[in-house]
Amino acid sequence: MLRALLLTLSVVAIAHAELCKPDAQNAFKVRISIKTALGDNAYAWDANEEYLFKAMVAFAMRRYSSKSTTQISNVLLCNVTDRVSFWFVVTDSSKNVTTVPGSEVEAAIRMYRNRINSAFLLNDKTLQFLKITSTLSPPVEPSTPVWLIVFGVVLCLIVAGIVFLIVSGIQKHKKKNKESTERDNLEEKVEVTLENGIPCEALDLKAGHINGVFAADDERFTSL
Amino acid sequence: LSATPEIPKEDARPKWDNKFQYILSCIGFAVGLGNVWRFPYLCQIHGGGAFLIPYFIALLFEGIPLLHLELALGQCLRKGSIGAWNTISPYLGGVGVGSWVVSVLVSLYYNTVLTWVMWYFINSFQEPLPWSVCPLNENRTGFNEECYESTAVNYFWYRKTLNVTPDIAESGTMQWWLILCLATCWGIVYLCTIRGIETTGKAIYVTAIFPYLVLTIFLIQGLTLPGATDGLIYLFTPNLNTLKNPRVWLDAATQIFFSLSLAFGGLIAFASYNPTKNDCEKDAVMVAIVNSMTSLYASIPVFSVLGFKATTAYWDCLDRNIISIINEFDLPEESIMRQNYTSWISFLNSSYPEKIAGLKLKSCNLQEFLDQSVSGTGLAFIVFTQAIILMPGSQAWAILFFIMLFSLGLSSMFGNIEGVFTPLLELQIIPKSAPKELLSGIICLISFLIALCFTLRSGSYWIDIFDRYAGSVPLLVIAFFEVIGVAYIYKIKRFSKDVEWMTGRKLNLYWHITWRFISPLLLLIVFMAFVTLQMQKPPSYTAWNPKYEGFPMKEEKAYPPWVQAICVLLAALPCVCVPLVALFHLVKQKRRSKDPSFVPPEVFSCQGANS
Repeated sequence: MLRALLLTLSVVAIAHAELCKPDAQNAFKVRISIKTALGDNAYAWDANEEYLFKAMVAFAMRRYSSKSTTQISNVLLCNVTDRVSFWFVVTDSSKNVTTVPGSEVEAAIRMYRNRINSAFLLNDKTLQFLKITSTLSPPVEPSTPVWLIVFGVVLCLIVAGIVFLIVSGIQKHKKKNKESTERDNLEEKVEVTLENGIPCEALDLKAGHINGVFAADDERFTSL
Repeated sequence: LSATPEIPKEDARPKWDNKFQYILSCIGFAVGLGNVWRFPYLCQIHGGGAFLIPYFIALLFEGIPLLHLELALGQCLRKGSIGAWNTISPYLGGVGVGSWVVSVLVSLYYNTVLTWVMWYFINSFQEPLPWSVCPLNENRTGFNEECYESTAVNYFWYRKTLNVTPDIAESGTMQWWLILCLATCWGIVYLCTIRGIETTGKAIYVTAIFPYLVLTIFLIQGLTLPGATDGLIYLFTPNLNTLKNPRVWLDAATQIFFSLSLAFGGLIAFASYNPTKNDCEKDAVMVAIVNSMTSLYASIPVFSVLGFKATTAYWDCLDRNIISIINEFDLPEESIMRQNYTSWISFLNSSYPEKIAGLKLKSCNLQEFLDQSVSGTGLAFIVFTQAIILMPGSQAWAILFFIMLFSLGLSSMFGNIEGVFTPLLELQIIPKSAPKELLSGIICLISFLIALCFTLRSGSYWIDIFDRYAGSVPLLVIAFFEVIGVAYIYKIKRFSKDVEWMTGRKLNLYWHITWRFISPLLLLIVFMAFVTLQMQKPPSYTAWNPKYEGFPMKEEKAYPPWVQAICVLLAALPCVCVPLVALFHLVKQKRRSKDPSFVPPEVFSCQGANS
């Protein structure tokens, strides 16, 4: 009984070794960079993490092909290195000792890539499936380009400034014009009669006006 | 005898609110984009600290004397460039006209550079910055090919901003986003120069002082960045051997000359609004020294940031190599760090040379990254924007940087526009009753319409042409005639009396020697050397051509003959004004001398103009 069990186990192991080896058919290499992604919060890669990985791949396969025949034991991991890189392959329980075609595995993983990444707190760059390309997400574009909004604000400020300056300039001009016409009107009232170029009010205020032509020759006249 | 009070003249010459405004305007005019993106580049390629020697010698014998000359001239004659030179001698009127033409040509293209700065500024409000990611191609399988092969920053500059054609002969259409930004820029210029120095005097407080604030902020930020010290050491390490190369002395002389914005007529216009009893000697020395100090001050943050960028590029290079090695040999993560990279490489090379060779690792050399020097628009729009992406809080840094560039350029634009505006105001192109706002509006509108040519897809090539031909040789010629005109036609004796009257002390021997002999000689030598160097190789330009085999390197192309003709025209037009106007006056004089009632005009004197 025990011998039979050991024999089946060894057969299975050899079969597995045949199926999962580097560059085997339908096998994929995975490369994980935990320290790059998480820094100080990095967890160690051990057998439990491997179990989670097998579970996630099995989940993806079950979801993708919608048949619940894929078990965790169908996912085989091998050649785990210190880098944390390994090869994996998905076997088909219904057909003995064969692997699920690579295209199916690829499609399944692509569809649920996000779920697999989140399980390990990694992203497309730090959990790499070497032959599976990831679809790039388009950059987020807001409905109105931001620059148009900023441009609108700047333009409004400038137009407001120009209008303000022009209007204040016109108002200043009008005020100056009004002032100068007022001054002109005032002067017209002031300019009454002129005698010899001297307004009569000046004559009235002072007691006469000294005529400069005669004032110079003081000595010729006797003082009063 | 009249008892009526005198009505004060309404059209009295405008004047500065205070001396500080005047000094600030001169400094703002002199300190421009060149202080940030040309001086550090020259320092770097010409032996670092050693470049300061020819730079300061040029400042002493060329920069300060010419600056003092222009300021004293404007202050004494109290007229813009055309009026001032007409007053000195009608035969020299061409010098003023030449300055005016150069100011017009430079205003046209300078504001388009500000348009690009404005475009980047309004794009800096986006998260993430639009020049940090490549857009996807049509079927979303990868990135846009042009962007992928060059860098996202290059793509944003050449494709999204300029949308440049591969050849200058292909003009393409006008780019609507650039037209909008150009209209905004001319709107801002109109807003600030609407009433001449009344409005620019207020605006200059912001546009001249703000760049210093931002430079200080960048200085503090830059010095905290990793790799900043490498950049600074690289910049300032003097290499005295470079002084043997005459090219270095030529570059120092031209840099000082163009940096101080001499021969534009703008400085004459600024000084003409001064009271005549003002110490122009001290002003000139102050403005020149502040300009040079600003260049030095600006080169520190610029080179800290460039050092940071080079270090980051170096680390990226190392990291890429490390990842390839780790992946190839399946070594655990973080087994190879940057520090022990070289020892690991030598070990692996000895044990597995074929594997290492198969990896095609790039050699990472920090010196190589530091050597990648750029000047001009390349520095601001490609290199610096790339460095900004790497800093935390990139939007804020981008916004600050582009507002600083805009203020620097705007304060220089004020001087350019003043150099155009003041002579036109004096020539009374528009009737006296019309407001000043109309003239400045007409100037800005016409300039905007002409500058629309620069929004074509080949516009950046044309701006390079204007920069190289209209903004270089004519200025040297005009400055030469300025010095000769004042020293030998107006005569130094008269001029020194005028300056004495204005400053209140006797003119130093230094000014006599420099104005009479050293500056004209130096200008002549610089002009000859400059022209000889330009003529040595046929004029060519580098074009951005995605179909070129060496892409992303730029393709070197020669100018077609019709473009070369335009280059010659641009350089010759301002220069030819000088002999043309002299000839015109000679003919007029000959005709007048036949008229017996002709009275020769009286000899002009600075003091006489104001009594």
